[in-house]
Amino acid sequence: MASFIFDPQVEHLLRRAGFGARPDELDAYRQLSFTGSVTRLVEYERIADDVDSKIGKSGYVLTSGGEFTPRSNITQARQRWLFRMIHSDRPLQEKMTLFWHNHFATGYTKIAGLVGAAEATRYMAAKPSEDPGGVRGQIEMLRDNALGNFRDLLLNVAKDTAMLFWLDGYTNTKARPQENFGREIMELFTMGVGHYTEPDVYAAARVFSGWNLMNPARNVTTDPTQSYKFVYNPNQHETSAKTFSFPIYKDGSSTIPARSAAEGMQDGIDFIEALAANPNTGRYLATKLYRFFISEAGDVNQDWVTQVAAVYQSSGYDMKAVMREVLMSNEFWDSRTFFARYAWPAEFVVRAIKDIGWSGYSVSDALTPLTNMGQNLYDPPDVSGWDLGQSWFSTGSMLARMNFASQLAGNQKFNLASAARTHSSSPDALLAFVLDSLKTRSLDPAVTGELSSYLRATGAWTGSTVQIQNKVAGLVHLVAGLPEYQFV
Amino acid sequence: MKVTRRQFIQGGLATFTVTFAAPEFLSDVALAQGSRARNFVVLNLSGGNDSLSMVVPYQDPFYYSRRPSIGVPAASVLQVGADSSKVALGLHPRLAGLKQIFAQGRLAIIQRTGYPNQSRSHFQGTDIWSTADPANSSGLGWVGRYLDSLPSPLDPLFGWNTTRDLPHVLQSNHVAVPAIPSPATYAFQSPNGGAEATAERNAALRINSHVPVDQPSLAFVYGNAQAAMATLDRVSTVATYTGTTTYPANNSFAQALKAVAGAMVRGIGTRIFYVTTGGFDTHSAQNTANGTYANLMTTLNDGLFAFYTDLNNQGLLGDTLVLSFSEFGRRISENGSSGTDHGAASVMIAMGGRVNGGLYGTAPNLNLDPANPTLENNAGDVHFETDFRSVYAQVIEQWLGADSRAILNGDFRKPGLTFI
Repeated sequence: MASFIFDPQVEHLLRRAGFGARPDELDAYRQLSFTGSVTRLVEYERIADDVDSKIGKSGYVLTSGGEFTPRSNITQARQRWLFRMIHSDRPLQEKMTLFWHNHFATGYTKIAGLVGAAEATRYMAAKPSEDPGGVRGQIEMLRDNALGNFRDLLLNVAKDTAMLFWLDGYTNTKARPQENFGREIMELFTMGVGHYTEPDVYAAARVFSGWNLMNPARNVTTDPTQSYKFVYNPNQHETSAKTFSFPIYKDGSSTIPARSAAEGMQDGIDFIEALAANPNTGRYLATKLYRFFISEAGDVNQDWVTQVAAVYQSSGYDMKAVMREVLMSNEFWDSRTFFARYAWPAEFVVRAIKDIGWSGYSVSDALTPLTNMGQNLYDPPDVSGWDLGQSWFSTGSMLARMNFASQLAGNQKFNLASAARTHSSSPDALLAFVLDSLKTRSLDPAVTGELSSYLRATGAWTGSTVQIQNKVAGLVHLVAGLPEYQFV
Repeated sequence: MKVTRRQFIQGGLATFTVTFAAPEFLSDVALAQGSRARNFVVLNLSGGNDSLSMVVPYQDPFYYSRRPSIGVPAASVLQVGADSSKVALGLHPRLAGLKQIFAQGRLAIIQRTGYPNQSRSHFQGTDIWSTADPANSSGLGWVGRYLDSLPSPLDPLFGWNTTRDLPHVLQSNHVAVPAIPSPATYAFQSPNGGAEATAERNAALRINSHVPVDQPSLAFVYGNAQAAMATLDRVSTVATYTGTTTYPANNSFAQALKAVAGAMVRGIGTRIFYVTTGGFDTHSAQNTANGTYANLMTTLNDGLFAFYTDLNNQGLLGDTLVLSFSEFGRRISENGSSGTDHGAASVMIAMGGRVNGGLYGTAPNLNLDPANPTLENNAGDVHFETDFRSVYAQVIEQWLGADSRAILNGDFRKPGLTFI
């Protein structure tokens, strides 16, 4: 590949591997080669993870809602995540965290119903450094493992407090094994439907019997050092052998042997290793990655899936190696894949903020619009995650996108007008300025014609401050609300 | 399943065309079908409804031996008599409103509905019930296929989906059903006021009238934006509807039904509605004192009873049919967490002014004998007796007035299933 990189390519890379480009990000990535830009994204540990320390400082998007306690307040946890998406210098880490959040979709609401709002927020969103009990919430765990080893990720998920509540693992006992987690780890997290049988579900439930939660010794409300934690409870483990329809061990054996209760936790570890190693898992993940990073148009490119699944296997399930392969593939850089995927609501909202501006805007004002668009972070509709692609779009959700564009454009009216000051000699100069800031799929001349007509609609062009304020806000509203802006 | 869903979408895109026309012209479509309107409300009980807690065979000793902690006590069920196999049945105690509707002959309960080799996956199961096609569940929805069969152009408000996402059951080739979760927020906003705001709205209207049919994925978004702009004003008339009875404020299912009733009362031309209430995936704590399932039944009962009462007061009950489905029933024996895992056949309900109420089909016998013909999976799950497509066929033929064989790709009509 060429050693220099054009702006549309940088923008594509940062839309897909991040959430769009702030002006400073665009400047930084413009200096890099293809390999250098991918390396910067993938090797993100080389960049300081200091984004949270910027919350509340000037120059960044605002947060609101009183004292900022995202470990116990779910709307503040949502704000913190949006803040990271906007301001992190490790955009791929945030992108993969969102990918895994959809993959291991866990819903806050059910957990809040079981243990209350503050505790549920903790198990979803707390950072160990800020939690009196050192709790690491699920999203922090996913973030720590965003490009880690997939087997380790699975093991962390199986022991995750929020997951143990969400899929009822906390009730999985010897006498009556609980099938919920056992089914979904095969159907949704690893191999996919069609690669396991109903008896496999029953056996998987028995494998994870005794993978429960230890109740806090003291009340968590009065003693915040206490928390629900994963525990392997040997008394609740069903110890007989478990046979599957697919191989569990490298020798091809499909039976997990009978073990003593004391050693029974190894069943789950063996099973997770088997699922990570199963060839269907690599293909299942690669297919999801194709739809997320390459294209939603047409059929999934099976050669590409084979190639990425091969890297998954040969690297021992290393997602960093997998993502390097994804981002360096010719298919990723093919200009036909630019804007070939429907933007998730979080992607649309964050990119709009990066494109339009954030000074004086609070991300708390984006939360209700996101819900109306169909993506309430930390609360996917069910364990299969959000319905993607065209399912994001309906009349109601399209209106919600247009109305968010209106809200943000109104909020940024004065910032926009001062930025546009030197581009306001004529309606078409202003249009060119706005279309340069908000990149879209290519616009039909009829559409740009209508935008131009809008700028001329309410009287002669004077370039007055008031006119620029109104027109730039109205135009930004219309452009961010265009169907062509709803793609990444 | 999500991959196949998307693959469907890609396939659907190629044939997607936009067929909207002016509202005043379009309401004639409904009028042409007869003097009375035929409103159809599809109700999805999402998560897998535990029919054995909803319609309880309270004299079956195996019911209580297999569900020692979650069986609904015989003393508390709302008795609705015995079915044709002489099994005495009772509704869940929270379904007092539905019991009244049953007593008025306007509620049909169709037992043991399902299909051969029933899927126990939420996603595949929902796809199968939505498409009415167990062999290929990634195609169009069965109601979507009905919409496609209607004369074009169809009013963009002919259908109204009360959720944010288009449910699979409404996916069609030619008709974009609007998603209107709340009529109050279904409005076009602007960062400016006065003439500037009007100019923006006019620009949005004109921009979205250019639908780029040569770019199907983009045309899909345009279709939604265009339909939104075209329906704003009529939907705003529904936002002010309060109803003739109280729809519980903290019950979003009831609030959705209030909007449905409002759309009917305001006469805005909508005929097909989709509503859902979720949380039926009761793997744990489903029936303890005030357990999960009791709350689900309260939500369902209060919403449907308010809707029934309101429509009755408005003289619209005879114009309306509600039909429920759920992706599967649940396992007969309770699990270790006072819940139930994924099972097979379930129950469907139909409600409306022209419903022939009563009990259809026969209850399962819960005897653990593996040879028990009413059960399957080593007597673990309920075996279906009535194919769910036979229920759909009856609705298509007797309510929607279409040919069920064309829409269901086969003849599923079943004699005696005369609930409508």
